[in-house]
Amino acid sequence: MNQTPLLHLSRVSKAFGGLLAVNGLSLQVSQGYIYGLIGPNGAGKTTVFNLVTGVYPCTRGSIFLEGVDLTKLKPYRIARLGISRTFQTIRLFPNMTTREHVLIGQNFLSRSQLGSILPFWGTEEVTLENHAEEALRLLGLWEVRERKAVILPYGIQRKVEIARALAARPKLLLLDEPTAGMNVRETEDVLNALSKIHDFGITILVIEHDMRVVMGICDHIFVLNFGQMIAEGSPMEIRKDEQVLEAYLGREE
Amino acid sequence: MFIQQLFNGIMLGSTYALIAIAFTLLMGILNMLNFAIGEVFMLGAIFGLTFVHLGLSFSIALPLAMICTGCACLVIERFSFRPLRSAPPLVPLLSTIGFSILFQNITVNLWGSERSQFPQWMEPINFSVGPILFSLTQVVILALAVLLMVALDFFIQRTRIGRGMRAVAESLETACILGVDFNLIILMTFFVSGALAGGAGILFGISFAIVSPFMGMEPGIKGIAAMIVGGMGNVRGAIVGGMFIGIIEVFSIAYLGSAARDFAVYGLLFLALLLRPQGILGVIQPEKERI
Amino acid sequence: MSSYQLDLLSNLGINILLALSVYCPMATGQLSVGNAGFMAIGAYVSAILSVHVHLPLFPSLIIGGIVAGVIGALVGFPALRLKGIFLAMATLGFGEIVRNFFMNFLTPMTGGAYGFRGIGNIPISISWIWGWVAFFLIFFYFLSRSRVGLAMMATHDDETVSELIGVHIVLLKVGAFGLGAFIAGVAGGLYAHYYLYIEPEFFNVWESIHMVLYVIMGGMLTFWGGVLGAGIFTVLPEFLRFLKDWRGAFFGMVIIALMIARPSGLITKEMMRISFWIPYRKGERA
Repeated sequence: MNQTPLLHLSRVSKAFGGLLAVNGLSLQVSQGYIYGLIGPNGAGKTTVFNLVTGVYPCTRGSIFLEGVDLTKLKPYRIARLGISRTFQTIRLFPNMTTREHVLIGQNFLSRSQLGSILPFWGTEEVTLENHAEEALRLLGLWEVRERKAVILPYGIQRKVEIARALAARPKLLLLDEPTAGMNVRETEDVLNALSKIHDFGITILVIEHDMRVVMGICDHIFVLNFGQMIAEGSPMEIRKDEQVLEAYLGREE
Repeated sequence: MFIQQLFNGIMLGSTYALIAIAFTLLMGILNMLNFAIGEVFMLGAIFGLTFVHLGLSFSIALPLAMICTGCACLVIERFSFRPLRSAPPLVPLLSTIGFSILFQNITVNLWGSERSQFPQWMEPINFSVGPILFSLTQVVILALAVLLMVALDFFIQRTRIGRGMRAVAESLETACILGVDFNLIILMTFFVSGALAGGAGILFGISFAIVSPFMGMEPGIKGIAAMIVGGMGNVRGAIVGGMFIGIIEVFSIAYLGSAARDFAVYGLLFLALLLRPQGILGVIQPEKERI
Repeated sequence: MSSYQLDLLSNLGINILLALSVYCPMATGQLSVGNAGFMAIGAYVSAILSVHVHLPLFPSLIIGGIVAGVIGALVGFPALRLKGIFLAMATLGFGEIVRNFFMNFLTPMTGGAYGFRGIGNIPISISWIWGWVAFFLIFFYFLSRSRVGLAMMATHDDETVSELIGVHIVLLKVGAFGLGAFIAGVAGGLYAHYYLYIEPEFFNVWESIHMVLYVIMGGMLTFWGGVLGAGIFTVLPEFLRFLKDWRGAFFGMVIIALMIARPSGLITKEMMRISFWIPYRKGERA
């Protein structure tokens, strides 16, 4: 892991009034691997996602994507630089079909936005449509592509969110609890999809509570508690780490 | 001259303040913008004048008209609030726009569209205190307006129902858990709101010698503006906002000519929304986006 | 066709344009209750150009529209900070400021409160109005099926998430605001050159509110909603002549009833999909 890191957080802090949600956090994500971000509830994991994607500004510290300073950029610029995400509570567009979600996900890739319906703008649009189909099939959403997304079953809605994020062909994919509320079969589907996404060369950072997912698929894990990193390493190392166990299970008095 | 204009501004401002309170009660407690308050204001004056024509004395006609407008507001509650509790906020607003059109049209048809005015109420005695010239009528009207505001403040702060209203304004859930009779609060809020607007209408009608089915349109919009400028959901803010707008209006006519009047008022609203949308006495609600 | 019927048709055309002018910002989640102001700008600018500068009709209309559109975009920037009722009141205030402006300024050219007479000697043919209507309907049809239309829908539904997936919110919202203002300006110019007389009082708050009503009652989620709303509000009164002076009360009650019965308006997004209209095949569940 010695090339320029894909994502680099350097002593990042975020305060909400008096509450320090993230405290001097530094971490590096290298291109091509799958990373896990775990920790008890309230540890600051989603806040990290929000800082990286530009929802909140950092109180202190900097965030770099391939060396580019993201700190002052607006969210849409950060998205166009190649970071996509899903959300802890599902946020789909109430009036769009599954396919439209994927289309809007890739919208900024299109150079001919106004003319996208006219025939002679065809070629680029065809490429994009093919990408959209790929994303839909990857997540097993092809059959429901014309259905309105918000009335689909919960597990499928989560997949739609992933497909929307994927459609932008990001360099870095941030997934916030992608298997929350899913049954075993759905979780397996998502794991297979993540594996294939990884094969495309996309770097993944996933927040998860389901340890089977984390241990099964992640190359490297970051453990957060109270806004700070208390441990990082391979799944084997993390499983045995005392501080991690303490954070989750509490200290024996 | 300046003091005189200030007095006139306070006279006008106090009626705007009452309308603004009517708006802000519904907004703060029930999160609803009742566009028809302007027409309820008008109905107050119409009812009041009708009762006076029928021979009732002013001191009976005024409270009676306020009770009538309170009831008119209850009708609005029945059709614009109760069935639309779970709808997005735009829907009840639109429904009250429908009521606005309805009330105005009914009044035009049943009352006629010419302007009218209240007969002489008090002896036309004039006072002068220092540089200010005013009439007995003006004093009484100002006193009544202040009385209404004080009464409302007392009602909200000291009575059981008023406390219930404040509780609901803060948190509906908590209020219900604590046993507040929510339905009663809803009805009272609408009734009080309507009564205040109607009272403001009569006072305005007497002060400015005009009663017509169209008299409520501008004061209605200015009432909303006053509510926003003073801080939404805040009774004291409504009073401050109303006074502010009344004074600005009078001063702009006096010093810049009547052409500038609307510029000043709407310009103020525009600037206020741009620079300080939470209003003079309002608090910024931090938009905590739960992502 | 009688001149009465012609007037009705031209009113309908202009009201459709006004509905579209409100629909455009609303499609990005912005409620503008001041489009009568942009209509006034377009009307007065185009009237001044054709009467005092002797420009032919088409350039006058276009320039009137562009002036309205540019001012709309300028207003659209600070408007980004305001949401919901705050934006509605700010736009309402703006509309009133514009109306006041034309009452008090440029009066030697426009007659001020007494009205601007003699905007040409003959009214323009009704095909001018309907030509513009057709143009904008086709425009919105293609827009709604393009990626820009999709981005507008996303912005309307969830602005935060839209920004996070790369949508340029500022450009979209200000652009929609300005475009709506342009359409209202063109409608104003057409109105001025058809009726040959305008006065500031025509462009008051209630005009703005009516335009908003067309869109909300007809259905906010597609541009056809405003068209239907404009149609109903313009044409229906003609069939209700027997109500005479009570038509206003009738419309008030219609609005109240519609909000209870069908708050999303008459035309929903579902109706725009073909699948809505196909009856169930045997064995399919609802």
